[in-house]
Amino acid sequence: MRSPDLGAAARPEGVPPMRRTVLEAVGLHRAFGGVQAVDDVSFTLAEGGSLGIVGGSGSGKTTTARIVAGLERADSGRVLVHRRDRGEHRRGRAHRLARAREVQLVFQDPYLSLDPRTTVGAALRETLRLHFPGADHPRRIAELLDQVGLGEREADALPRQLSGGQRQRVAIARALAVEPAVLVLDEAVAALDVSVQAQILNLLAGIRERTRIGYLFITHDLGVVRCVTDDVIVMRQGRIVESGRTADVLARPRHAYTRLLLDSVPRPGWDPRSIAAARRALAEMS
Amino acid sequence: MTVLDIRAYHLRLPDTARSVLVGVDLTVAAGETVALVGESGSGKSLTSRSVLGLLPDGAATAGAVRVDGEDVLAMTPDRLRRLRTGTAAMVFQDPRAAVNPLRRLGDFLTEGVRLGGRLTAAAAAERAAGMLDAVGLPASVLGRYPGQVSGGMLQRVMIAAALMGEPALLLADEPTTALDVTTQAEVVALLADLRERFGTGLLFVTHDLGLAAAISDRVYVMYAGRIVETGPAGELFDRPRHPYTAALLASTPRPDAPGGRLTAIEGRPPGLREELTGCPFAPRCPLVTDLCRRQEPALRPAGAGPGHRSACHHGDRTGEEATHAQS
Repeated sequence: MRSPDLGAAARPEGVPPMRRTVLEAVGLHRAFGGVQAVDDVSFTLAEGGSLGIVGGSGSGKTTTARIVAGLERADSGRVLVHRRDRGEHRRGRAHRLARAREVQLVFQDPYLSLDPRTTVGAALRETLRLHFPGADHPRRIAELLDQVGLGEREADALPRQLSGGQRQRVAIARALAVEPAVLVLDEAVAALDVSVQAQILNLLAGIRERTRIGYLFITHDLGVVRCVTDDVIVMRQGRIVESGRTADVLARPRHAYTRLLLDSVPRPGWDPRSIAAARRALAEMS
Repeated sequence: MTVLDIRAYHLRLPDTARSVLVGVDLTVAAGETVALVGESGSGKSLTSRSVLGLLPDGAATAGAVRVDGEDVLAMTPDRLRRLRTGTAAMVFQDPRAAVNPLRRLGDFLTEGVRLGGRLTAAAAAERAAGMLDAVGLPASVLGRYPGQVSGGMLQRVMIAAALMGEPALLLADEPTTALDVTTQAEVVALLADLRERFGTGLLFVTHDLGLAAAISDRVYVMYAGRIVETGPAGELFDRPRHPYTAALLASTPRPDAPGGRLTAIEGRPPGLREELTGCPFAPRCPLVTDLCRRQEPALRPAGAGPGHRSACHHGDRTGEEATHAQS
């Protein structure tokens, strides 16, 4: 199955996107030792939609992302992309490539996810040669770099010659090169400076407007979630404690943990003592 | 009483085209919390490390960095050692990187005061138990290894360790960045408590303007090694007078803001291999004029309140732009 071509799939203005389901997680479970890291997690993501998973450390959000991306196996439950079970792919090169075209992952640290000895252009060329042999690669590389706001100069650069923000743009371009149905972004802007983070968030919003790619956005930052997602699920200790439209959940949180996360965002008049007390009260309840 | 007084401080490193720190003026009074805000490469961490005399190899300095009245830049190695175990202490970003995983936390807590010869082993152990109590941890933590406690607990141990020498000045370099979001509040509440109890001056180094505004009395904003704006936290947050401060605020995603695009600043901060003429923010600034490219603006009074100063030729227009951007 081919996902829509990202370069050519620009929608005419004013035409609403088709809201087919692109990604579905059903009853995911995963335990490490005796700890349920992911405990009965289910959600759906619409084509062209953006779903945030928020939670503190140990909430299970990253394990969920890794199960969706196929980097971690679930003890039980299923992940479907365009209604096809990710677990049904057989072994072999063609199936591996098909799996890769379903979901791509962008990590927090662009330093660690790029080969230090390969130029940006060569990294993109390698990805394209693997997935689309015989296509016009130079044209597509220029297109991808342009899409993430980079030029020819960056194409010839090694990762260490680029800034953190530029490297994250490269990681996004490489993920898009595969034309995935779903892009999983695991704390993808957390390591960036605020001014660069804003550039990348705007870039991601622009890409989503032009394509039908779905975002699964893993973050601890509620500001980031407000900025780039339509829907959100809040996870705590492996379980979903609240979910809904992002604007509603953040404006009218119903679960005490969501309220704690919101109160933990520093702002003028912030009262860290009452937050610390609320955190202890919540810990004692569970 | 002023516990930290940095005056016209310059720092230059080998193989660079410009100074890393340029004419930095910064003070912290006893019992005061001061935030130093900037992005990576702004020079904020070099500034705080300079206070302990932790300078990179080949660094050339000018100006003065006075802690409790004494210039750190002129101290002998022996005097520096006493400074670091007594007058001033630092809490770093990553507590795991700051401890030896093979030694018990009790050893870690007491080694500073014991090596300084100021306390006997028994007296040091007693004070360590008292400090752990102050940061809300049981004395049993003394017998544990770093791997046996959580990140939040370990950062509290770091704070307890920093307070062992009863410092007049505590430097905290992104002390909550590596911690869980809900733990951040706990560490900040703890620092506020300790400041009240011991009257310690606190210099809080962070990239998070929201956090700076929430916890500090006064804020310094740093860009390209210069203080570009300083003032009372509330006023600086509500009415920024430097376009960089305004841009930082506008580009910070907030949970209570409407969704959608952020007002991003294009470009990125200048590297150390770039020479600078005029205002260092000029290439990214929405208010830039020819004057900005020619002449670097000095830090001068701006805004209504006392102590609010900004280094911008167009500080008057910045307020309007920022208000405009928020509405």
